[in-house]
Amino acid sequence: MLEKALDGGRRYWLWLAALLAVVCAAAWCYALQLRVGLGVTGLTRDVTWGLYIAQFTFFVGVAASAVVVVLPYYLHDYKAFGRVTILGEFVAISAVTMCGAFIFVDMGQPARLLNIVRYAAPGSLMFWDLVALGGYLLLNVTITRVTLEAERCQTAPPQWVRRVILLSIPWAISIHTVTAFLYSGLPGRPFWLTALLAPRFLASAFAAGPALLILLCLFVRRWWDLRVADEAIRKIALIVTYALAAHLFFAAVELFTVFYGQVPDHLEPYRYLYFGLDGHAVLTPWTWASVGLAVAALGLLLTPAARARRSLLAAACVAVFVALWIEKGLGLVVAGFIPAPLGTVPDYVPTLREVTIVAGIWAVGAAMVTVFFKITAAVRTDGP
Amino acid sequence: MSTSRRVFLRLAATAATAAAAGSALGCAASGGARRRLAMAIDVRKCLDVHGCRACVDACHEAHNVPAIPDRAHEVKWVWKEPFERALAVREPATLPAALRGSEVLVLCNHCDNPPCTRVCPTGATWKRDDGVVAMDEHRCIGCRYCVAACPYGSRSFNFVDPRPFVAHPTSDYPTRTKGVVEKCTFCEERLAVGRLPACVDACPAGAMVFGDLDERGSEIRKLLNERYSVRRRPELGTRPQVFYVI
Amino acid sequence: MRRPTLLVAGLAAFVALATWPVWHALAGPRPTAPELARPVGATECVAPTDYMRASHMKLLVEWRDRVVRDGVRAYTDRHGRVVTMSLSKTCIGACHTDKTKFCDRCHDYTGVKPTCWDCHVVPPVPAPPALAARGEVR
Repeated sequence: MLEKALDGGRRYWLWLAALLAVVCAAAWCYALQLRVGLGVTGLTRDVTWGLYIAQFTFFVGVAASAVVVVLPYYLHDYKAFGRVTILGEFVAISAVTMCGAFIFVDMGQPARLLNIVRYAAPGSLMFWDLVALGGYLLLNVTITRVTLEAERCQTAPPQWVRRVILLSIPWAISIHTVTAFLYSGLPGRPFWLTALLAPRFLASAFAAGPALLILLCLFVRRWWDLRVADEAIRKIALIVTYALAAHLFFAAVELFTVFYGQVPDHLEPYRYLYFGLDGHAVLTPWTWASVGLAVAALGLLLTPAARARRSLLAAACVAVFVALWIEKGLGLVVAGFIPAPLGTVPDYVPTLREVTIVAGIWAVGAAMVTVFFKITAAVRTDGP
Repeated sequence: MSTSRRVFLRLAATAATAAAAGSALGCAASGGARRRLAMAIDVRKCLDVHGCRACVDACHEAHNVPAIPDRAHEVKWVWKEPFERALAVREPATLPAALRGSEVLVLCNHCDNPPCTRVCPTGATWKRDDGVVAMDEHRCIGCRYCVAACPYGSRSFNFVDPRPFVAHPTSDYPTRTKGVVEKCTFCEERLAVGRLPACVDACPAGAMVFGDLDERGSEIRKLLNERYSVRRRPELGTRPQVFYVI
Repeated sequence: MRRPTLLVAGLAAFVALATWPVWHALAGPRPTAPELARPVGATECVAPTDYMRASHMKLLVEWRDRVVRDGVRAYTDRHGRVVTMSLSKTCIGACHTDKTKFCDRCHDYTGVKPTCWDCHVVPPVPAPPALAARGEVR
């Protein structure tokens, strides 16, 4: 089936070549990081996790969000999602791969990464995150392989795979829950120390991930016949609307507790994000951009007429994705380290090298989605 | 017999002999009553030697701690911080005027309930039976989860190769390599041969007392019984084993 | 397969290129085994020479784990000799005086790059007169 990825037009190859160029630039930067150390990044003694881990967190959410198309189709037999579930699963596979890459580039001693397995520490959430993500990747590779093969042969997928798919539903929830636990169990980091973190992660994931899926569907059907019904897109848009509303509600709840309660430890990271702290306000414009985009997107999505218009829907989805990317792929991790344990307010600005490495991993993800969607399109148009 | 098994058996025999003989070397490992090692810092005595850096220098020289000029990549095991940051974090108003702006020593607290060891995915950092929160830089993968978990900022990550920043490396102790986390180890290498931590030994004011909290007559036990002491951020439940005697 | 000659030629070229290092090494002069400076008066390390030659890295890793993880520092060899398990105090320093004339010679010869000394600090080599007095034996 993979051979279908080799049969593309000029634009397809040009796009893949462009992505490869980005990957090469990233590899060059990573080689430098490998030689010199993580000192080539903007990370510091006080902000020791930054863009890499934040991107990891965001894409765990994107990966988990496949569940919003898988669940209605397989649990509720919602037929309109029949042709889109596999696309959701392919996005999940790409996102999990990106997560693995983000973790890898974040390691100080990448050659020792497998120590996590060799000296497995079940008390560490990082161990469980690895188990959850590895398992999720395996589940989705199995599911897509089997269901697409069945589609190619125009037969029903075997019965056993249904059970695997059902297992993938709670598993998707688990990957993002465990990722939230990675943060929310640290006594010295009040910004993350909230039971609402896992629900917030899931809400924002179920908005950002499906928003991306809608954009991909709208975009791809200009060239390839992926025949995603309008009804399916409308329904996913509705899911994005609810999830975004839930996300904003959770964010507001958190803001109330923090700003009304006025416990300094909890207040300061939020003050840093929204207003700046001790004159340090690198993230403030980003935070407000995120808020603005999210609220505007919710406004659009809540209007049925706007949701029905393809251009406005696309704009809303872009806004949702960017807003949540800023919130989770940037602010969430950095603000957790502010103020530093000894009260100082450190600044974190990623370096160009760091950003290039991140772009390279995005390019890998984009290439994977391209190839997977291409194969799916080819299977659907060419037939057996 | 395979070589590794032969070596294993020999090592096992060695350990048994050492334990039986009550070897002076293996005081941490050779059985006996459980110990609870702790440090008390007499803040007043420390302040008397205003501007003194004897403990910091002794530690950093003994352990090849690099002097990295870039503060973002700094590595430190024991250092001084203003009172307002180290102890009276939320309570600057409670500080007598004389103490404002004064500095106090901070180091790894060797918590009785350490969050850093809880999160470590490889067991590269762990709490020993005697209470020392140990570090195995050979096993560390450099994920920095422990740095995120430490509420005291006591852990340093090697963002670059530290060796060029160690002016006079001593062969008695390794330097570290880029990409691993390090911190104060209560001088476990000195404890193993029956010596006190380097900082305690170096203090000209006798402001640092180190010992076993569970030993009735120990100096540290007596000091803590007599004087009022505080610990850093007790509300977090980490139970630091570095006490600040006020 | 329209042009079998081309195919065979291509394959041959590939095999020749891929195995080039082997031919190159065989054609060149035979390298001589490195000369190692051994401590005077000592007959055997903490284990038989054959074992040490083949598996010293395993022993060192076991030493490392015993010291770092178990806090045990004394090692008794098969003759009952007790030594401190330490790379930079016992192996180099107390016994082998010069790392460059012992460790490095074999590691260079075999093209091995151990990471031990990235962290562990090589103890200073004793002053030349002392070294001369101890002599160097093969």
